This record gives sequence, C-alpha cells and structure tokens, in this order.
Amino acid sequence: MSEQGVNLEFTLAKYDFDGAGQASSKLKRLLQQIGVRPEVIRRIAVSAYEAEMNVIIHSQGGKMLAVITPGQTVLEFVDSGPGIADIEKAMTEGYSTAPDHIREKGFGAGMGLPNMKRCADQFDISSTVGTGTRIKMSFNH
Amino acid sequence: MKLADIRDLLRAEVISGGDRLDIEIRSCCGADLMSDVLAFTKEQTMLLTGLTSPQVVRTAEMSDLVAIVFVRGKRPGQPVIELAGEVGIPLLATEYPLFEACGIIYQHGIRGTAPREGWQRAENE
Repeated sequence: MSEQGVNLEFTLAKYDFDGAGQASSKLKRLLQQIGVRPEVIRRIAVSAYEAEMNVIIHSQGGKMLAVITPGQTVLEFVDSGPGIADIEKAMTEGYSTAPDHIREKGFGAGMGLPNMKRCADQFDISSTVGTGTRIKMSFNH
Repeated sequence: MKLADIRDLLRAEVISGGDRLDIEIRSCCGADLMSDVLAFTKEQTMLLTGLTSPQVVRTAEMSDLVAIVFVRGKRPGQPVIELAGEVGIPLLATEYPLFEACGIIYQHGIRGTAPREGWQRAENE
C-alpha cells in the first residue's frame, strides 16, 4: 500500500436495514487483505458498524469515509439530520432516543457512542441541531 | 466443546454451515440486544438469540463471533441464511427458550465473557 493509502466512500440511506452493515463488511475485508491485526480489525469493524447503524437509524442519510494508511485507519461519518442536542448525555451508556421499532431490531440500547469511544484510539464528535452530526475515529494498526 | 456437541445438547437443527460443526466453542452469549453484543462480547464466542434479522449476522460478523443459535423455535428468512453463508457463520435453530438453552450449555461447562474489564465471577462457580 502506498503512503497516501486507500480512500473509501459509502453512502448510507435512512432506514436501509437490508443494506446496513455492507460498508463495514467491505471495510473489514479490505483490512484483512492488507493484513491488519485481527484485534485491531475487530475494533474498527465494530465501531464502523455502530456508526453506520446510527446514521441509518437517526439521520436523513449520510456518508462513511475511510482513509487507510499503513499506520492507521481513519473513519469519518457525516450525516444530515436532527443532530444531537446534548452530546454529553448521548455519550452516557444506556441513554437512547431510538423509537420502539428500532429497539425491536436489537438496537437503540444507548451503547453505540460509548462503545465507539472505547474501541477507537481517538474519537471526536460534533453536532449541530437541525443540521447533522460528524464523528471522526482513528485506529492505530 | 464442538459446535456438533451444542447441536446435540440443544437438539438443534443445523440451518446452514453444516460443514463447520467441528469448530470449537469456548464461550457463549445470550442476547436479543445487538448493541450489547457489540459492546460486551469477546471474539470466538457463540451467540444465542431470539432475533432473526440480518443485523444479527452483521453483528456476529463484526464481532468475530463463530456461530449463531436461534432460540424459541425461531427461524431466519432466506436472505439472512444467504448472508450468513457469505460471511461463513453457521446457523442453528432450537426449540428451547433462551434461558433454558443458555442453562443447558452452562451446565456443560461453557461460560460467558466478562462484560467489563476487571469483573470476575464468584470463586465457587
């Protein structure tokens, strides 16, 4: 792999539960081909999937961007949607605004954002109410 | 314990991945909340669940889980079976409810994974 790395971009659509996870799955396979350590790939894949589900569940749609260089993977999720009014609250385990039909699918337990933060080596979140949310995560290989 | 032993203990039907019954199961997790599975399980774990959505297979794929057992007689649809085939995760189905299925496996020596770092079971377990 070159020093510039590999760039990936995926479009994520609102309530696309059939397609949910495809972006994370492709990312995981690529990281396996590159030969990143399985323990690191697991943290990246889990975080990517959590973030992917969040965009699908809570926003009007968005994008997942991945930049993979020899030393690290950087993921960025950008969505258009309601945004998060209280980020500190959203980062609390168990806090969720997901409706019942999402919980019936096994999500919306309020574990997603804390889990991403725990898995990533660097985690940044910013949000504007009425505009959308941006999450950036870095993982050292 | 092999996956084939789990099949026998739970009188389970093998839905797909019948060629992988010799994989070793070291720990298990029973959950219908995929958020919790993503947050708390370790790799090489088998999942028992009553959910049959594609997200169950995706969760297993991302978390490096090794097999899925559907409980309470639930069966996934064809798209879920195909997805599991693509990602190489065997699927089983048992009539036992989640609590009993977990109990039977636990009784035979399989344990869960510690939900949080530093947490330990009581010594007499």
